[in-house]
Amino acid sequence: MRPVFIIAAVWLSACAAFADITAEEVELRAHEVGKSLRCVVCQNQSIDESDAPLAADMRRLVRVQIADGKTNQEVIDFMRVQYGDYVLLKPPVQGNTLVLWLAPLGLVLLALGWPAISGRKRIDPQVEPLTSEEAGQLKKALKDENS
Amino acid sequence: MKPAALLPLGVFLVLTGFFAFGLTKDPTQIKTQMTNRPVPNFTLSSLEDALVVHTQDDLRGRVSLVNVFGSWCAPCAIEHPNIVEIGKQDVVRLVGVNWRDDRAAGQDWLERLGDPYDIVLFDDLSLLAIGMGVTGAPESYIVDKSGVVRYKHVGIVTPQIWRDTLLPIVNDLKKSPI
Repeated sequence: MRPVFIIAAVWLSACAAFADITAEEVELRAHEVGKSLRCVVCQNQSIDESDAPLAADMRRLVRVQIADGKTNQEVIDFMRVQYGDYVLLKPPVQGNTLVLWLAPLGLVLLALGWPAISGRKRIDPQVEPLTSEEAGQLKKALKDENS
Repeated sequence: MKPAALLPLGVFLVLTGFFAFGLTKDPTQIKTQMTNRPVPNFTLSSLEDALVVHTQDDLRGRVSLVNVFGSWCAPCAIEHPNIVEIGKQDVVRLVGVNWRDDRAAGQDWLERLGDPYDIVLFDDLSLLAIGMGVTGAPESYIVDKSGVVRYKHVGIVTPQIWRDTLLPIVNDLKKSPI
């Protein structure tokens, strides 16, 4: 019988610890979540840094949901249901954003592979050594200039 | 000229095409995600009486026009006579959402401009508003008999928008059995 009690006791205390999320923890995670959510009325500001009243209400809702034991991702998913992908500051990798995500990589590869693709060859200068006659002319020309 | 030489130009044109397309979109118009989703669960007091509680179940049974407003919202005051007019036609249940407002200010506003609503929910903390994906006021939603959002209109409901867009949707939804 005793092991059952111990297991139950451990289980219950674990639950209590999980539910008793500290205020600092809520605050910390709310900031984390807030930074990844776009303020829907001010554009290109996260709700964490926006002064808009709606952003303030969204921050409050984020805190309430975190205190309720939801994970960060669950809170973000909740906002995404109402406001769509627009509310995410970092666009998710999916069909309509593939171009966005892959284009930079494609451009880098294109740039690196450009010499091969363009088919242009580097021109190696074929320089023949001066003949003794030319060397003499050069020497003379330099001498004239210096004098 | 080798065809590969045209590649940079091609990349440039494709990018320009994307950006040109992007310019035609209005970033303030967020496509609603709520269409064909049930109204989220809520528990809000009535604007009139803090002790009267409404829930999502109060949006069932009849087709509803849910109108988000606030006494602080200037366009709402311009829109309000149109809502009052819709109320007189008695073709749809009118549900007001008094959003981010002060209770007394909201009550006073309706007293001055007229109260066409069957129910007015007091949502000072944006609990329902965020659940519905509200981005500003005024906004109006058409909710069917089963409590599912069927249409969202951002901005003032003009008599023309009501007659040409919203009323036909309401009439369609009234015909459906559920």
